[in-house]
Amino acid sequence: MSTVAGSRGVDRRIIYERPNSLTDRSSHYCPGCGHGIVHRLIAELLDELELAPTTIGVASVGCSVFAYDYLGIDFVESPHGRAPAVATGVRRARPDAFVFTYQGDGDLAAIGTAEIIHAAARGERISVVFVNNGIYGMTGGQMAPTTLLGQRTTSSPTGRDAVTAGWPIPITEMLALLPGVTYAARGSIATPVDIGRTKAMLKRAFGTQLGGGGLSIVEILSTCPVGWNMTPPEAMEHVAQEVVKTYPLGVLVDRQRDGAVG
Amino acid sequence: MKGNEAMAEAAIAAGCDAYFGYPITPQAELLERLARRMPELGRVFVQAESELAAINMALGAAATGRRVLVSSSSPGISLMAETMSYLAGSELPLVLINVMRGGPGLGSIGPSQSDYFQATKGHGHGDYRVPVLAPASIAEAVELVTDAFELASRYRTPVMILADGIMGQAMEPVRPAFREAAWDSADWELTGAAGRPPRVIRSLHLLPEDLEAHNRRLQSKFATIAEREERWAGEQLDDAEVVVVAYGTAARVARTAIERAREAGLRAGLFRPITLWPFPSRPLAELAQRARAFVTVELSAGQMVEDVRLAVEGAVPVFFLGRTGGIVPTPREVVERIASAWALTAPR
Repeated sequence: MSTVAGSRGVDRRIIYERPNSLTDRSSHYCPGCGHGIVHRLIAELLDELELAPTTIGVASVGCSVFAYDYLGIDFVESPHGRAPAVATGVRRARPDAFVFTYQGDGDLAAIGTAEIIHAAARGERISVVFVNNGIYGMTGGQMAPTTLLGQRTTSSPTGRDAVTAGWPIPITEMLALLPGVTYAARGSIATPVDIGRTKAMLKRAFGTQLGGGGLSIVEILSTCPVGWNMTPPEAMEHVAQEVVKTYPLGVLVDRQRDGAVG
Repeated sequence: MKGNEAMAEAAIAAGCDAYFGYPITPQAELLERLARRMPELGRVFVQAESELAAINMALGAAATGRRVLVSSSSPGISLMAETMSYLAGSELPLVLINVMRGGPGLGSIGPSQSDYFQATKGHGHGDYRVPVLAPASIAEAVELVTDAFELASRYRTPVMILADGIMGQAMEPVRPAFREAAWDSADWELTGAAGRPPRVIRSLHLLPEDLEAHNRRLQSKFATIAEREERWAGEQLDDAEVVVVAYGTAARVARTAIERAREAGLRAGLFRPITLWPFPSRPLAELAQRARAFVTVELSAGQMVEDVRLAVEGAVPVFFLGRTGGIVPTPREVVERIASAWALTAPR
């Protein structure tokens, strides 16, 4: 924060501005989409932790592939679902870099299930930002493995039915079981309070990597107003009231804190 | 030294920083040797959970400018095909060794050359080409692995070594020339953006104009590779009336067959492509002006023969001999095919 002279000689304090690590360009995300908020949280942390000069990000397939347009850091684009494998290669090749993946739920919890589980099993020293909006947004709002029971999507037009399409996959809980996962938490961007908590989770996840821990993951419940056929406020309300029933918020494991891992 | 082990040592000597693999016959010795050797040298070895993961780990490491090796065998290469397309589109260098086995499907673990189409016509989707080098001896395999790293760096492209199971499993008493490969990745590698603008390595270009410009640039690069990097070897071609075209193990059988054919009065010679892409079409077209027949020999049902026919453009009859299933044609079979080609054609 800095202080600037006001027009009438009154000092005004800037309490909110664009983080250095966030590029100055207009967003392609739809109104009410959560990616912009998550990008900003990452940018704030890259600034606060002074990580930008040593960071290599891994972008995945989905709306958020363009994260590299908004975060002013080195980025490599991964094939669909393979970001944890790509990040493994980056990590092993550049032990001093700060490495994170940015993945959606279709990417991480469907096509990329094997890669996230085995990166976790190996305890790769990477951080995973897992943005879960319960839908394939980029391709037009199809059902994802994370889609809520009963939720209507373009590929579950009468609502997701467990008999034919199974149940929502709580993959972060599954990952938290593995000893290679040093930190796992689930946050949300539905309310300002949630956003603050989610930032604290991301900071803890990044700190886990910097402290030599294994894989850290923060699942962030997010919105897709267009894919959900809701207004942006309705979508935020839906996350806060409904989505959290299937995906409860909170820290699932913190093995550095608990002393189980370095 | 086994071919697989020799190729592993060649990669180490070339300066390979990182290897990613998954067990599959008949290339497992490569993985096993590097599992021991790479950590000894303080370099990276990861056994991935699948070939999919291995090639994507390789993509990540390659994006940071490291010299990366991946190896597999036919079904595993199929799994890597998607990422080969991404590597080509993102212009990331690495070396991929395919020690081919019989297909289709799970096929067999016997030696085969049935992945020629896959290797030379594109593995994954999209308009791209990848240099493919085919060794016919273990000493040559060592040289080609080293050269592959240099080609990869020079053109920012994946490069494939296409070896068959015999190349991988055979032992030869040769002293191969191990050497370090020239490598430069300074102006594009990802290391963190300290002191320079951020870099993005990607293959996505959503705007049609952007993607077409990118494709034009790629095609221009492929044209340069085709112009400069074509390699082949000839034996007894000066007076050859029947030209046998073969690569890898098939070329070794052909070499023996040509000696026997000449003992029987049939003037045969060997044309051995070393680069399968770029395919040495021009020298073949020249030979087609004076030979009476071509005989293509492959450990496949007939794949490279299509490129041979394209190269000669009907100027000379092209005969084919192929065995599949892990069966290698005998020199006698090749001599018989040379003799029948001789009998069915007239001198030029």
